[in-house]
Amino acid sequence: MTPDPAPAAAPAAADATDPLLVVDGLSVSFATEEGIVQAVGDVSFTVGRGEIVAIVGESGSGKSVTAMTLMGLTRSPNARFGGTAQLGGHELVGASADELRRVRGAEIAMVFQDPMTSLDPVYRIGDQIVEQILAHEKIPKAAALDRAVALMERVGIPHARERLRSYPHEFSGGMRQRVMIAMALSCSPQLLIADEPTTALDVTVQAQILEQLRTLRDETGAGVILVTHDLGVVADIADRILVMYGGRIVEQGTLDELFYDPQHPYTWGLLGSIPRLDGPLGVRLPAIPGTPPSLLNTPAGCHFRPRCPEAFDRCGEMPPLVARSPGSPGHCDRCWLEPATKRAQRETDGRIGLRTEGTVIA
Amino acid sequence: MGRFVVNRLASVVAVLFAISVLTFLIFQAIPNGDPALRLAGRLATPQQVQDVREQWGFDKPIYEQYGKTMKLILTGKVTSYTQQLNVLDEVRADAPATISLVTGAAVIWLGFGIVFGLLSAISAGRWLDRFLTVLALVGVSTPVFLLGAVMLYYLGYKWHLFPLGGYVKLTDDPWGWFTHLIMPWTALSVLFIGVYSRVLRSTVLDTLGEDYVRAARAKGLTERRVLVKHVLRNSMIPIISLFGLDFAAAIGGGAILTESVFNLHGIGQYAAESISRLDVPPILVITMLGAFAVVILSAVVDVVYALLDPRIRL
Repeated sequence: MTPDPAPAAAPAAADATDPLLVVDGLSVSFATEEGIVQAVGDVSFTVGRGEIVAIVGESGSGKSVTAMTLMGLTRSPNARFGGTAQLGGHELVGASADELRRVRGAEIAMVFQDPMTSLDPVYRIGDQIVEQILAHEKIPKAAALDRAVALMERVGIPHARERLRSYPHEFSGGMRQRVMIAMALSCSPQLLIADEPTTALDVTVQAQILEQLRTLRDETGAGVILVTHDLGVVADIADRILVMYGGRIVEQGTLDELFYDPQHPYTWGLLGSIPRLDGPLGVRLPAIPGTPPSLLNTPAGCHFRPRCPEAFDRCGEMPPLVARSPGSPGHCDRCWLEPATKRAQRETDGRIGLRTEGTVIA
Repeated sequence: MGRFVVNRLASVVAVLFAISVLTFLIFQAIPNGDPALRLAGRLATPQQVQDVREQWGFDKPIYEQYGKTMKLILTGKVTSYTQQLNVLDEVRADAPATISLVTGAAVIWLGFGIVFGLLSAISAGRWLDRFLTVLALVGVSTPVFLLGAVMLYYLGYKWHLFPLGGYVKLTDDPWGWFTHLIMPWTALSVLFIGVYSRVLRSTVLDTLGEDYVRAARAKGLTERRVLVKHVLRNSMIPIISLFGLDFAAAIGGGAILTESVFNLHGIGQYAAESISRLDVPPILVITMLGAFAVVILSAVVDVVYALLDPRIRL
């Protein structure tokens, strides 16, 4: 694994010299009855202060496991971890349960995918926010409540003081996600992990929540990891993107690099499958043929090879994640194709996409 | 809330009516169930039997007999066929023993059931869980009469640790009340501890997979707080409904075996004796009492539900 050269190129990490989070060679595997599932392998990336890094991939790509592992939420007797993740002075992967508990909620906070089920139904909203504050700070309960009111107002919940006394079921989905964000911010974390924060919400509410996340990033200077499968979300707010496939990062770069100069055929496929308003009508939406790989006993070589129309002999060997173009050292990918070949092959019908003709659908 | 009370009162009336009719009919249908024969005595002539039958009204149509019996029950004047004693007085005299037995056992079974269930769930698959599972299965499958007899023989008769059955009033001798009840409490609660710990284990395991538990961990709460405040609280609902029904049934004479083995002279033992004599009025009264307790306690359970879970409105 080549060391990740990305930090220097992180555009939004304006004044920060040291990245906030440095993940190096992270791997996560689970022992199951069928065998070892290698959910995440050799994942390295950094998040700068005030930077929004999106992890994009389809279901089973390892994006959520990566995010959860940073919080220690994937720990279980059958899980094995490798690599390191440094946040400030804290090592996260190897931390003891108690060290991790102190970091969780205080240094790193998480906003989950489904706000409808992520709040405990039997406690009042205010008590749940206060509970987190008091878990990390020795302050009077009244002070914690005042802070909860301020947080609720900040995320745009009207009548915050009265609404603290409401139960989760008395809130709409969008409001609950605001509560989750308020809770995540309650101890001023340095890093906010949002795991598909808008997936369960209406489109109009999605935009509001994303706007909220961006505003908070601007105000607090926290780093944000945004886990999503929705490239529309990414295009809205991400500074940098990691594309994951089969438990590995297959391409990473800035928003512009990924959207206008994608290097990995999987990224082409993702971009090609976004519906476009200016596209021809009555044409089937392109899809990447085949299904995502099973992470159980994955064969050697590029994980995308079985679905890749461009695959050739060399793909039996795992390509390293390296920068291929001297002009953009932060733009790395795992593909053996020559940059010139990539540029030629990714154009289909005048736009970026994955060629589908001639591909056997497995 | 008002509608809730009215609904529950209506269901008390409906359930009591249904259960009393059924009980009454069952004892009409039982072979050799003619009460006149037993009331007249062993050596009675057919004429004497006929006299008794007319005197007690057993020759009237069933609905008239039912009406008469129910009237006696509701006015508190009902007497048993065999002993000719006022049934309600008997039940009242037996109630303290039953209430002491069931309340004490309930505290024990709820406490141990919750502790064992929670321990079992958080150590799922490991040796502690397996040990508690075996223990629960042994508890569930050990009959009260066997456990009671074994305890009486070893702890009472051979080693003289506890008295050999009987009931002492709490007001007369609190220590005696306690020592006399330790073995019955244990015998009655063992089965329930087994059942409750298994039920709680599975609901706790379900709750542990909930998103809000993961979110609670992500907040940086201690594992203990996550378990007690979030997991246990949300896992108590099935336990509460089980508990309401089991407690009501045991209060209403359901602890027949325990009361009989330890000779506590409780309501259950009274019911058992009345059944062996085919004595309908006490059976009817005790059955109705049990049904009444179940309906009332299930209303209490609903109130507790609403307190445990704010999404439920009465």
